[in-house]
Amino acid sequence: MKRKLTMIQAITEAMDQKLADDSRIMLLGEDIGVNGGVFRATEDLVHKYGPDRVVDTPLAEAGIIGAAIGLAMNGKIPVVEIQFLAFIYPGFEQIVSHAARMRYRTRGQYHVPMVIRTPYGAGIRGPELHSESVETFFAHVPGLKVVAPSTPYDAKGLLIAAMEDPDPVIFLEPTKLYRAFKQEVPEEMYRVPIGKAKVVQEGSDVSIFAWGAMLRVAEDAAKQIERENGLSCEVIDLRTLYPLDRDTIIASVKKTGRAVVVHEAHKTAGLGAEIISIINDEALIYMKAPVKRITGFDVPVPQFSIEDDYLPTAERVKDGIMETATF
Amino acid sequence: MSSLYQVLSPAGELVSDLKGLLDEATMIKMYENMVLVRQFDRKSINLQRQGRMGTYAPFEGQEASQVGSAMALAPGDWLFPTYRDHAAAIVHGQSMARVFLYWMGHMEGSISPKHLNIMPPCVPIATQMVHAVGTAWASKLQNEQHVSIAYFGDGASSEGDFHEALNFAGVFQTPTIFFCQNNGFAISVPFSQQSASKTIAQRSAAYDIPGVRIDGNDIFAVWLTMKEAMQRALEGKGPTLIEAVTFRYGAHTTADDPKKYRDQEILSEEWRQERDPLQRLRVFLENQGLWNETKEDELMAHVNEQIDAALVEAESYPKSKPEDMFKHVYAEPSWMATEQESELVKPSKQEGIPA
Ligand SMILES: Cc1ncc(C[n+]2csc(CCOP(=O)(O)OP(=O)(O)O)c2C)c(N)n1
Repeated sequence: MKRKLTMIQAITEAMDQKLADDSRIMLLGEDIGVNGGVFRATEDLVHKYGPDRVVDTPLAEAGIIGAAIGLAMNGKIPVVEIQFLAFIYPGFEQIVSHAARMRYRTRGQYHVPMVIRTPYGAGIRGPELHSESVETFFAHVPGLKVVAPSTPYDAKGLLIAAMEDPDPVIFLEPTKLYRAFKQEVPEEMYRVPIGKAKVVQEGSDVSIFAWGAMLRVAEDAAKQIERENGLSCEVIDLRTLYPLDRDTIIASVKKTGRAVVVHEAHKTAGLGAEIISIINDEALIYMKAPVKRITGFDVPVPQFSIEDDYLPTAERVKDGIMETATF
Repeated sequence: MSSLYQVLSPAGELVSDLKGLLDEATMIKMYENMVLVRQFDRKSINLQRQGRMGTYAPFEGQEASQVGSAMALAPGDWLFPTYRDHAAAIVHGQSMARVFLYWMGHMEGSISPKHLNIMPPCVPIATQMVHAVGTAWASKLQNEQHVSIAYFGDGASSEGDFHEALNFAGVFQTPTIFFCQNNGFAISVPFSQQSASKTIAQRSAAYDIPGVRIDGNDIFAVWLTMKEAMQRALEGKGPTLIEAVTFRYGAHTTADDPKKYRDQEILSEEWRQERDPLQRLRVFLENQGLWNETKEDELMAHVNEQIDAALVEAESYPKSKPEDMFKHVYAEPSWMATEQESELVKPSKQEGIPA
C-alpha cells in the first residue's frame, strides 16, 4: 500500500519514529505538547512519549535553545521547534555564539547534536514577522548546517538525517508547503543525505536553482517556458543550504551554460550571490550569460495585502530565464 | 502578594475606597468604552470569518484591563501595545479604521494619530518592553511629564527582555508602567507551566520596584492603580509593575482552537456570570441610577454605527500598490532597492529565443 502524506505529516512521522528509535531524542518548544505545535507538527506526540520527551517550555527562545545546547552536550538530542523563523531572534545569540561554536571552542571535546526546526517563508497571509526568509543568517555562520526541504519525501528523510547529524542543524520548513500537496512517503525510516542537491528535472538550456517553496515556482516556470519557447530547463532543488552541493551546481551549469537562481529571501547578500560566486570560481568559462537572480526585494516582507508582489512568481522567473537565454 | 486588589466586586458592589478619584462621568465613559471595544472585537472576528480580514487576535474578557489602563493615560504618554491590545490603542486615540486596516494586512494600519504616541502592535513577545523603558528614560532626561506604558502577557514574563526591561527601569528609575494582562495562558501553556513564580507581580521585588496584583476585570481597580503608578512615575519615583489578573474568553487568535488546551465551555460560562468586566460595572451603574435599558440600547446603536463607519473607511482605503513596499525602508532608498523597484514595476515580457 502506497501512502501519501503532506509535508507536515511527513515531519511528524520523522519525529515520531526517531522518538521511538532513540531514547536520547527530546522535543522542546512553545505549545508543542497538548496543542501539538502551532502547525500541529507534534500532534499527539506528547500523549505517546510523555511530557519529559515532548516538552512544553516557557515562552523563551534563548532559554529553549540555550538549554537545548546543554542537553545536547550532556547526552540528549534535542529537537527544538521555534514557532516562526522571526521568533528565533531572541535565541540567535545562543545559536551563533554557542551552538555553532561549541565543537570548535572545545577543540572537539564537546559537540551539539541538535536540530532547530522552524517554519519560514511567505505566502500564507501571516501577520507581520510571520513570513521571513533569512536563511543567510545561518548559512553565514560556521558550525551550522542549514536544510530546507521542498517535498514531503525529502522533509522526512532530511529531518531523520538531521536528527542523526552530530552537528547543529537549522531545519527550515516552508510554511506554504506544509499542506500544499501530498506525496508518496515510505513508511520506514530512511535518510536523505544532508549536503546533496537533487536534480528535479533534467534539461539542457538553462539551470534553475531553488529551494523550499520557490522550488515549485521554479518548476512551474520551467514547464511553461518549455511549452511556450521550447527551452529545456534543468531544475535543481538545493535542499541543503549549508554546505552547498557544489558538484551538482557545477555539473549542471557546465552542461547548460546558463543559470537562474530563485529565492524568496532579500536579494542583497542572499544565497543567490554565493551560488553565483561558486559558478564564477568553478565554471566561468562555460557560461554563455551572466547568472540571473530572481528574488524577494530588499524590503521587509510586506504585510499580506501586497505579500504576493514580494514573492518571485513563475512569470518573473520566466523573464529571468529569457534574459539569460537571449543575452 | 498573591491577593488581588479589588474595588468593584463581581456583584457590582464597592469593596474599597474610590479615594475621591472617580467621578460619575468617568465611570459612564468607562462603560461606554468597554461596550465599544467589545463590539469592535466581535465585529473583527466576524470579518475574519467572512474572509474580509486576516488572522485576528481577540481580547474579549480583557476590556477592563485595557480600557481602564488606557483611560488613565494623558495624551502625551507613550503606549506600547502587543497584537492583542487594540482596545487600549483605540481608547488612547487610535482610530478603529486603522486597527481594521492593520488586520486587513495593510502596513498603514500602524499609523498613529499625529499628536499621539501609539506604537504599532508588537508581534515579537516582550521586545517592546525595553522600548518603553527608553522612551520613558528620554522623557525623564528631557523633563517631560510623560509616562510610557508597555502592555504584555503572562507568557512574555518568561522572555529575557522582560527581565532586562524591569532591571533597566529600576536602575534608571524611568517613568515606565509595565502592564501585564495575565490571562492565564500563553497560547496553550497555562501560567502554572510558564513559571514557578506564584505571581508576576512578585518579580518586581527582584528589581526593587513596586509591584501590584490587581483584579483585571475590575476597571476601578485598574484605573486607580494606574493613577497611583502614574503619579509615582511623574514624581520621579520610577517604574511600577502591574499584574492585572484577567481572562480571555476566546481563542488566542482566530487561527487557534482553545478547546484543545482548556475547558472552554465551563470557564467561559462561569466567567460570564461572575466576573465579566462589563456586567459588573453595568450592575453598579444601574444601582447608582446612572444606567438603564434605554441608555443601553442607545449606546449599542451608537457604538455599532461608529464601528460600521470605521469599517467603511477601512474597506474604502486605497488598495496597496506593490511599490508601496519600497517606501519608508530608509530615509533615502539605496540604489539596490531602487533598481529592484523598477524591476518590479517594469512592464514584463521579452521576446526572442536563445541563439
Ligand atoms: C519571540 C516570540 N516567540 C513566540 C511568538 C509566538 N507567540 C505569539 S503570541 C504567543 C503567546 C503569548 O502569550 P502571552 O505573553 O501570555 O500573551 P497573550 O497572547 O496571552 O495575550 C506566542 C508564543 C512570538 N510572537 N514572539
